[in-house]
Amino acid sequence: MSFLMPLRIENRASDSQVMAVLSPLMAMILTLVTGAAVFASLGHAPGEALYTFFILPLSDVYGWTELGVKVAPLLLCAMGLMVCFKAKIWNIGAEGQFIIGALGGGYLALELAAFESAWALPLVLFFGASCGLAWAALAAFLKTRFAANEILTTIMLNYIALNLLLFAVHGPLKDPDGYSFPESALFSDFTMLPLISEDYRLNISVFFALAAVAIIWTLMARTFIGFQISVLGEDASAARFAGFKEKRLVWFSLLVCGALAGLAGVSEVSGPIGQLNPYVSPGYGYTAIIVVFLGRMHPLGMVGASMLLALTYMGGEMVQMDLSLPKSITGLFQGMLLFYLLACDFLIGYRFVARGHLTGASDGS
Amino acid sequence: MDLDLLLNVLFATIRTGTPLLLIALGELVCEKSGVLNLGQEGMVLMGAVSGFIATVLTGSLLLGVIAGMMAGMLMSFLFGVLAITLVSNQVATGLALTIFGTGLSAFLGASYVGVGIEGITAWNLPFLSEIPLLGQVLFSQDPLVYLSWSIFALVYICFRSTRVGLTVRAVGENPEAANALGMSVFTVRYLAVLFGGAMAGLAGAYLSLAYTPLWSEGMSAGRGWIALALVVFASWKVQRVMLGAYLFGAASIMHLVLQGMGFEISPNILAMLPYVATILVLVVIASDAGRARLSAPLALGQPYRPQW
Amino acid sequence: MLGIKEAKGKSRRINKPLCALAGALTLLSGLAFADPLKVGFVYVGPTGDAGWTYAHDEGRKYLEAQLGDAVTTSYVESVPEGADAERVIRQLAAKGHGLIFTTSFGYMNPTLKVAKRFPKVSFEHASGYKRAKNMGTYFTRAYQGRYLTGLVAGKMTKTNVLGYVASFPIPEVIRGINAFTRGAKEVNPDVTVKVVWASTWYDPAKEREAAETLILQNVDVLTQHTDSAAVIQAAEAKGVYAIGYHSDMSVYGKTAHLTSTVHNWGELYVQKAKAVIAGTWKAEDLWPGIAEGTTDLAPLNSAVPADVKQLVADKKAALKAASIRVFDGPVIKQDGSEAISAGQTMEDGALLGFDFFIQGVEGKLPKS
Repeated sequence: MSFLMPLRIENRASDSQVMAVLSPLMAMILTLVTGAAVFASLGHAPGEALYTFFILPLSDVYGWTELGVKVAPLLLCAMGLMVCFKAKIWNIGAEGQFIIGALGGGYLALELAAFESAWALPLVLFFGASCGLAWAALAAFLKTRFAANEILTTIMLNYIALNLLLFAVHGPLKDPDGYSFPESALFSDFTMLPLISEDYRLNISVFFALAAVAIIWTLMARTFIGFQISVLGEDASAARFAGFKEKRLVWFSLLVCGALAGLAGVSEVSGPIGQLNPYVSPGYGYTAIIVVFLGRMHPLGMVGASMLLALTYMGGEMVQMDLSLPKSITGLFQGMLLFYLLACDFLIGYRFVARGHLTGASDGS
Repeated sequence: MDLDLLLNVLFATIRTGTPLLLIALGELVCEKSGVLNLGQEGMVLMGAVSGFIATVLTGSLLLGVIAGMMAGMLMSFLFGVLAITLVSNQVATGLALTIFGTGLSAFLGASYVGVGIEGITAWNLPFLSEIPLLGQVLFSQDPLVYLSWSIFALVYICFRSTRVGLTVRAVGENPEAANALGMSVFTVRYLAVLFGGAMAGLAGAYLSLAYTPLWSEGMSAGRGWIALALVVFASWKVQRVMLGAYLFGAASIMHLVLQGMGFEISPNILAMLPYVATILVLVVIASDAGRARLSAPLALGQPYRPQW
Repeated sequence: MLGIKEAKGKSRRINKPLCALAGALTLLSGLAFADPLKVGFVYVGPTGDAGWTYAHDEGRKYLEAQLGDAVTTSYVESVPEGADAERVIRQLAAKGHGLIFTTSFGYMNPTLKVAKRFPKVSFEHASGYKRAKNMGTYFTRAYQGRYLTGLVAGKMTKTNVLGYVASFPIPEVIRGINAFTRGAKEVNPDVTVKVVWASTWYDPAKEREAAETLILQNVDVLTQHTDSAAVIQAAEAKGVYAIGYHSDMSVYGKTAHLTSTVHNWGELYVQKAKAVIAGTWKAEDLWPGIAEGTTDLAPLNSAVPADVKQLVADKKAALKAASIRVFDGPVIKQDGSEAISAGQTMEDGALLGFDFFIQGVEGKLPKS
């Protein structure tokens, strides 16, 4: 730690609750300051640029509904991933599970194009979630039966899922009246998610996301299986010693995640997109991973993190439109924000003390 | 497939596999020390853009390669400060690095799109390249391919029979015990992370200076993620990394060759070939159910929180 | 305007000269202080791709240069073609853009949805087929350029095997492959065109690999429907020829680069903007090509013999004059059946939905 000459680092006896709240605020401020400097160096008034990036996207109702449109799939995936990650099952496959959910649900929606019943949508959603679940089951099978590491299998399955989607939209599911473009026909109204308001795109999937938050939170905090999952993640040998069936937990976690990601996927195609095309996911499965860690694997934190990340995407679009800044700024900003957040979180468990200052490691903070 | 085509496919496989091999070697060393760095894409792109800009500005390919490696190291150093010193969550930090590196490289490289350079050309090794069959495949590659083999050999020997390798592994399996034995966990991890960054930067420089001498945003096109998967595929064994890199490279080439040969299968199904092949091979070679999992360094991904 | 209407019950003396002066001043002030037309562009890739998006952005810059203070432009790049696109397009419309260009076919349905909501804004969608009262479509007949490059390729090949690094089997790509093949076969009936699907629009390393595998299969003239210059580089390294796309790629391979099919969107953008400013814009399906200059060829390599250059020039002139069309019958499918008979020509609708390969192409298309 020689570069911190006048200071040394000290463990806190217990995590500082104060810092847990302050840390994101500090990170925001640091980001704003650095961002202002970056914008100024590019010749833009920093205040205006920051306003355009962070405030302007949310300055009207439309902006808030669009935030919801982006948050819903992120949050659904993130809640599922949380279950896996708590068990230290590194499921990187939410993206593939999302895509397969979209593909399966979309397939059924096309089949039910003439089915004019209120049952059409629930069937489509259920089928989509099931397909996502089945895709995750592949990874679970490979892991439990062949000890195939899930990081590898799920990454590979993501690419396979994408190619299946491409195969479908270029072939069997292509719109026959669509001039041979790789898109499916538009879904019928009975298979589309109801909108919350005609003026905006926000649909009931945002309620699915909130329900998922509530359910998963309860699952992890209040149920025995949630407890088993946490123990498995904390200390696998302790879990085994306590008789928790690891394989069953692996299956459970992956299936829950697959179902939620699949639901997110089918909601996306039965919602804002309205059809199957090659671009059903702009990377939600991967962004959700960031949401989980940014939110410190706590449901409320994850809600906040998903909103913040969604905002940065929208802000990036705004500064391009209004200030002619390049898109690479968005990546810089997001990366910077994440770095600062992660750095400031350090202060939750540790603090800086002046060298030579004698304190025991266990004086309460 | 006739012999000539086969030899050419093997030749192309090595070239295609080289960036994957370099990135995977770097990440392997990093992970062996217990640090999981998911920021490969960002580091590779920074290496690519830095190498390219350096070559354009100085006219020297060698300086470009060095610049690429330094850029990768700089990025990984940033990662190290956060993940090692500030014990941040490694997964999130790595992902942040990917996003940041991708954006920064696009930003820096904006005015270098459309610029052409003379790339690194093949260097036929004297005598060796005359060997029938093998000479054509192995010894007529470009210098960075030979470098990748040298680095591979170095890393292999290091982990097989040197103290350094043992130290790295100890730190990765049980940092507390290693610390008690007098090893500096932080130093070892920083060095491992920097090595990973250098390799990723080198891979990026390979892409923009040798493989396709140009710069365009996002030109790594996901190779960083594939390399990460390959480290897992290799079960953290050095020799398996080379197998994985070239296997994946071969499957990618075959996807294209099979099309040209008129196979009746949809190109999208053929495109799945590398990914399916990787899973299948992993399943086949992970014969001992428990062993594959145990190969992961025990402390991988866990921040080391010393009692300061 | 002063004094046009007589006040009720009273007659007023109208001062005609003052009237005219006031009218002229109002008109002039209207022109001088009229808000510039805000033109928005939605790009699918980065402006730095030296390919598809780069060409559109050059068009945007041309528009700014030509119309000066009368327009201001803004653009958003690398907008994914899924759910995000609609938001970007809508925000542009909500911010007062009077004319919005969405430059990829994946933006078709999002553009339509936003167009319905903003009836006063004019939308132009590239490469699509859906229109509305305030949404038109536009594209360029790149396939005409492809046909001309095919002539060059057919003449310059020695092995009679040509290679095509293709991205995805969408009609636009298929059309280009077919047009290239037609040109090549016209001057060299023995030629075949091998197609490899790289399954990417943009991945230089993958494009290079695809080019190299084609070269392994005896190809000595390559061309591409992908966005980077990797194919040219591969050709240069292996000593074969290549024909680029989107922009002049000769800097990447001085010996190998025969020519490129290039896009020039500038004039089209100027034309559309002027129409909106003058209030004469209406939704139409605009598909210009060689004749209008939206498609052109990069200068031919000096290695191309003079008679070939002359042939290309002649055919280009004929296309401009519309005395020939690329897909004049007979057009024979791969299986030998006749799609268009002699004396007829392929209409725009069929061209837009091109879903089969013609004879001479070696490659497969996914079955629907």
